[in-house]
Amino acid sequence: MDLDTLLSFRWSVMLPEFIILGVATLLSVIDLFMKKESSRKPLAWLAGAGILAALIAIFMQLDIEVTSILYDTYRLDSFSKAFKILLLLGTLLVIVLSSNYKKEDLEENRGEFYYLLLAALLGAMMMASSADLITLFVGLELLSLSSYVMAGLERRNKRSNESAFKYIVSGGIATAITLFGMSYIFGLTGETNLFKIAENMGNLELLEHSFLIVFAFIITFAGLTFKIAAAPLHMWAPDVYEGAPVPVTAFLSVVSKTAGFVILLRVIIICFIAAPGIDKEPILLQVQPYVMVLAAATMIIGNVTALRQRNIKRMFAYSSIAQAGYILVPFVSNSSLIFELIWFYLLAYLFMNIGAFTVIQLLTSQEGSNDIGVFRGLFRRSPWLAVPMTFFILSLAGIPITAGFIGKFGIFMGALGLEQPQYWLASVMMATTLVSYVYYFNIIAIMFFRDSDGTKVSIPGGMAAVLAFCAASVLILGVMPDLALDFFYGNFDVNEFFMQIETEVHTHDH
Amino acid sequence: MNTWLLSILILSPLLGVLVLLFTPSQDEKSIKWIGILGTLFPLGTALVTLSAFNKSGEGLQLAEKFQWVSYEVFQSNGDVSYPIFYEVGVNGLSMVLILLTTVVSVLAAIASYSIKKDWKSYFILFFLLEMGMIGVFASQNLFLFFIFFEITLIPMFFLIGRWGYLEKEKAAYSFLIYNGVGSAILLIAFVAMFMKTGTMNFEQLAYTFSLPQSELSDMNITKDFKMGMLIALLLAFAVKLPVAPLHSWMVKVHVQAPPPIVMLHSGILLKIGAYGLIVFGAGLFPDQFESLAFIIGLFGLINLLYGAFLALTQRDMKRVLAYSSVSHMGIVLIGLAALNEAGMTGAVFQVVSHGLISALLFFLVGVLYERGGSSQLKDFGGVAKRMPIFAGVLLAGGLASLGLPGMSGFISEFMAFLGLFETMPVLAAIGTLGLILTAVYVLRAVLAITFGTEKELSNAHDLSSTERIPAFILLAAILFIGIYPAWLSDMLRPTLDSILLGLGG
Repeated sequence: MDLDTLLSFRWSVMLPEFIILGVATLLSVIDLFMKKESSRKPLAWLAGAGILAALIAIFMQLDIEVTSILYDTYRLDSFSKAFKILLLLGTLLVIVLSSNYKKEDLEENRGEFYYLLLAALLGAMMMASSADLITLFVGLELLSLSSYVMAGLERRNKRSNESAFKYIVSGGIATAITLFGMSYIFGLTGETNLFKIAENMGNLELLEHSFLIVFAFIITFAGLTFKIAAAPLHMWAPDVYEGAPVPVTAFLSVVSKTAGFVILLRVIIICFIAAPGIDKEPILLQVQPYVMVLAAATMIIGNVTALRQRNIKRMFAYSSIAQAGYILVPFVSNSSLIFELIWFYLLAYLFMNIGAFTVIQLLTSQEGSNDIGVFRGLFRRSPWLAVPMTFFILSLAGIPITAGFIGKFGIFMGALGLEQPQYWLASVMMATTLVSYVYYFNIIAIMFFRDSDGTKVSIPGGMAAVLAFCAASVLILGVMPDLALDFFYGNFDVNEFFMQIETEVHTHDH
Repeated sequence: MNTWLLSILILSPLLGVLVLLFTPSQDEKSIKWIGILGTLFPLGTALVTLSAFNKSGEGLQLAEKFQWVSYEVFQSNGDVSYPIFYEVGVNGLSMVLILLTTVVSVLAAIASYSIKKDWKSYFILFFLLEMGMIGVFASQNLFLFFIFFEITLIPMFFLIGRWGYLEKEKAAYSFLIYNGVGSAILLIAFVAMFMKTGTMNFEQLAYTFSLPQSELSDMNITKDFKMGMLIALLLAFAVKLPVAPLHSWMVKVHVQAPPPIVMLHSGILLKIGAYGLIVFGAGLFPDQFESLAFIIGLFGLINLLYGAFLALTQRDMKRVLAYSSVSHMGIVLIGLAALNEAGMTGAVFQVVSHGLISALLFFLVGVLYERGGSSQLKDFGGVAKRMPIFAGVLLAGGLASLGLPGMSGFISEFMAFLGLFETMPVLAAIGTLGLILTAVYVLRAVLAITFGTEKELSNAHDLSSTERIPAFILLAAILFIGIYPAWLSDMLRPTLDSILLGLGG
C-alpha cells in the first residue's frame, strides 16, 4: 500500500475514533507528568470532553452516506453510527460515576483508569464499524484487555484481583472459542471480509459442507456470547461484577454488553445471511431453535439465580444476564425489526442500568457494604435517591410508562410477529419477567417498607446529574418512545447494514 | 373543550399529585384536605363528561385519537408499519364505571382519615391509582388498556405493603405476583392479536374477528387462534375477578390492606376483571364465548357456592366480606354465561351494585376496626346499643348484599338468574342455593356484631360526621339503583345491545 492509496481514503470517517484515540494518548502523557498526590479529576473532565466531542462528531456524520475505507474493512453505516451513540453515551455516564468513586487504594491508580476506559471504548467503536474479521477481532481484544485491567484496578482488594483473574481466564477461553469458530468461517470461504464471506457462503460447492457451516455458526455464536454474558458463558459475570469497582461494573454491564451485541449482529447476520444449512434450508432459520434455547436458558438462569442473591452487585450481575437473554430474543425474528428492537432496548437498558449503578455506588461506598441491606429505609433517608431508583427498577422489571416496558413490548412484537409466532419463547420471557418481579420489588420493599437507622446519603453534583438524566430518560422514553424511534427511523437506514460497497480504490495495487 | 374532555378526566387526579409535591409532609391536616379535594376534581370532571355524554347515543363517544408509537418493519414485500395509537373514548358501560370510580375514590379519600403515617406519599399513590382506574375504563385500545391496567398495580403494591396491617408485605407480594401472572398472559394475548391484525383498537379488532373465516385465513387467523386468545383472556381476567381457585391473593389483600384501599380494590379494581370479560371476552370473540358459556357458567356457580360456604365459616368480618366478594363475582359470571339480555344486564348491574355495596361494607369494617382494634366477630356484640346509626347502616348494607328487593343487589341477582334460567335451568336451580347461603352468612355476621350481648369496645362512639358522609352517600346510591334501575339500564342499553348483537342474541 503506497502513500497515495493511504491518502485516498476518507479518513474523516474515523473522526470519532481519532478523537478518542487522541484524548486517550493525551491523558496517558498528562498522567505521566502529574504529581503522584494531585487529584486526577481533571483527567476525568478531559476524558468526558473527548467523548462529548466524539458524540458531536457522530451527530455531524449522520447525513453521510455509507462509506467504507481501508478496502471495506472499516465502514461508516447507519448501524455503526446508531450503536456508537450508545457506546459513547454509556461511557460518558460511566466517566461521571468513576470521577465520584471514592476508595482509598484506588486514588493512586485513578489516571490509568480513564485512558483504559477510553481504550476499551475505542475497541468497542471499532467493533461497531468493522466489516472484517481481523479488525473486528482487534477491536474485541482491545476492549477485552482494557476491561481485564480495569476489573483489577483496586490492587489491594482481594475481590478485585480475583475478579480480574477470573475475567482474564474465562475471557481467554471465550476468545479461543471465537477464533476457533472464525477459523472455520475462513476455512470455508477463504475470506475475512464479512461481505465476501457472505458471498462465498452462497457458493454451491459449500452445500456439501453445510454441516461445517452449522458447526462454524454454533461455535462462533457461542464464543461471541461471552461478552453479553449469555448462557452458557455467563459464569464470569457475577464474580467479576462483584469484585470490580462499581464504575467498571457499570461499564461491563452496559457498554461492553452493547459492544457484544454489536459484534454478534455484525458477524452472525452478515456472514450467515445467505448461508445454507443442512438440507439447503437457510441456516438462520435452521439454527433458530439453538438461539431460542440459549435465550431461554439465559433468561431462566439469570432471573432464577438472582432470587437468592443478597449481594447487590451480584444480584445486578444476574439481572444483567437475564436482560441479555431478553435482548437475544429478537435474534430469532428474521425481520429487520431486529435492529431497532435491540437498539431501543439497549438504549433503555443503558439509562436504567447506569442509573441503578449510580445509586448502588453511592450507597455501597457510604455504607461500606455490598449487602442488599444498604437500601434499608432509603425512602425515609433520601427520597431523592429512592424515587429514581424505583423508576430504574420498574423499568428493569418492564412496568409501563418506563422505557423498559416499551423495549420489552417491542421484543414481544418481534417474537410473536413471525410467520410462526414463538409463543413458548414469549411465555418463557414473560414467566421469567414475573420471577424478576420478586427480586426487583424486594429492593423496592426494602427501600420503602423497612425503617432504618441509617443516615442521609450525600449526593455529589455530578452523580445527581446522572441520576436526573437517567431517570428523566427512562420516563420520557416510556411515555414518548417515538422520540427515540423517530430518531432511529429518520437517521438510520437499516438496509445500509447489508449494503456492500464496491471499493473503487485501486484494488489491483496490492 | 369536549375534544379533550376524556384526557383531562384521565389526568385530573394528577393535579392533586402536583399540589401535594409542594406541601410539607408533616402537615397532616392540609394533606388530608388536599387528598379529598384532589378526588373531587376528577368527580367534577366525570360529571361534566356525563353531561356531555349522550345517553341514548350508540357506539363510542368523546373519542380522541392520535398516533403514539410507530414501529416500522422493512420486509421484502414492502414496509409494514405497526402504529400504536392513543385512543380513548367512552360508551355507556365505561361511563358508568368511570362515574363509579370517581365517586368511590372521593369516599375512600374521606375514609382515609384513618391513615396514620406518611400521608403525603399515601395520597400521591392514591391519586396515581385513581388515574390508572379511570384510564382502564376510558382506553379504547389494547396497548393503552394494558398500560393503565399495570399502572393500577404498582400503587396498589405500595399502598398494601406500606399502610396495611400485620402481614401487609406478604399480601402485597401475593397481589403483585398473582396479578403479574394475569397481566403476563394478557400481554402475550394482546401482542399476538396486534401482530395478526395490525390493529389494537377494540372496535376494529371486533370487526376483524367477525369477518368470515375465508377472509380470516388470509391473515393467518384460525379458529384455534381465536379460541386460544379467548382462553388466554378469560384466564387473565379470571385472576383479576377473581375466579376460584385463583382467589387466595384477593382474600389476603382484603384482610391486610388499609380500609380505604380495600374500598377501592373491592369496589373498582375487581370490576376491571368483569369489564375485561365483557369487553374482550364477549365483545371480541362472541362465537367462541358462546361455546364456552357452559364452562363459564359452571365456574360462576362454583364461585357463588364456594365463596358463600367459606364466608359462612369465617370468624373475621373482613374474611366474611372477602369471600362474599368471591361469591358475588360468581353472579357476574353466571349472568355472562346466560348469553341473553337479562343475564348480561344482571352481570353489569352486579358489577356496579357490588362496587357500591362492598365499598360500603369495607368502609364499615374499617370503622369497626378503629373502634375495637379488631375485626373478629367474637370481639363484637350488641354494637347497636352504643352505635345505633352504625348498626343501622351495617344492617342496610348487609341486606343490600343479600339481595333484598328495593336495593341494588336484588336487581342484579334477579336479572342474572332470570337470564340463566332461560338457557341453563339446571345450573340456575343449583345456583339459587347460593342465594340462600348468602342470606345466612350475611345475617350471621351482621347480627353477631349488632345484637347479642354487648362487648366492651375500647373506643365506642357512633359514626362521626366525617364517617357519615361516605356511609350515607353509598347507601343512598344503593337505594337509588334499587328503586330506580331504569337510570342505569338506559345508560347501559346501547352498549349491551351491541354486545348482544355480536352474541347473536
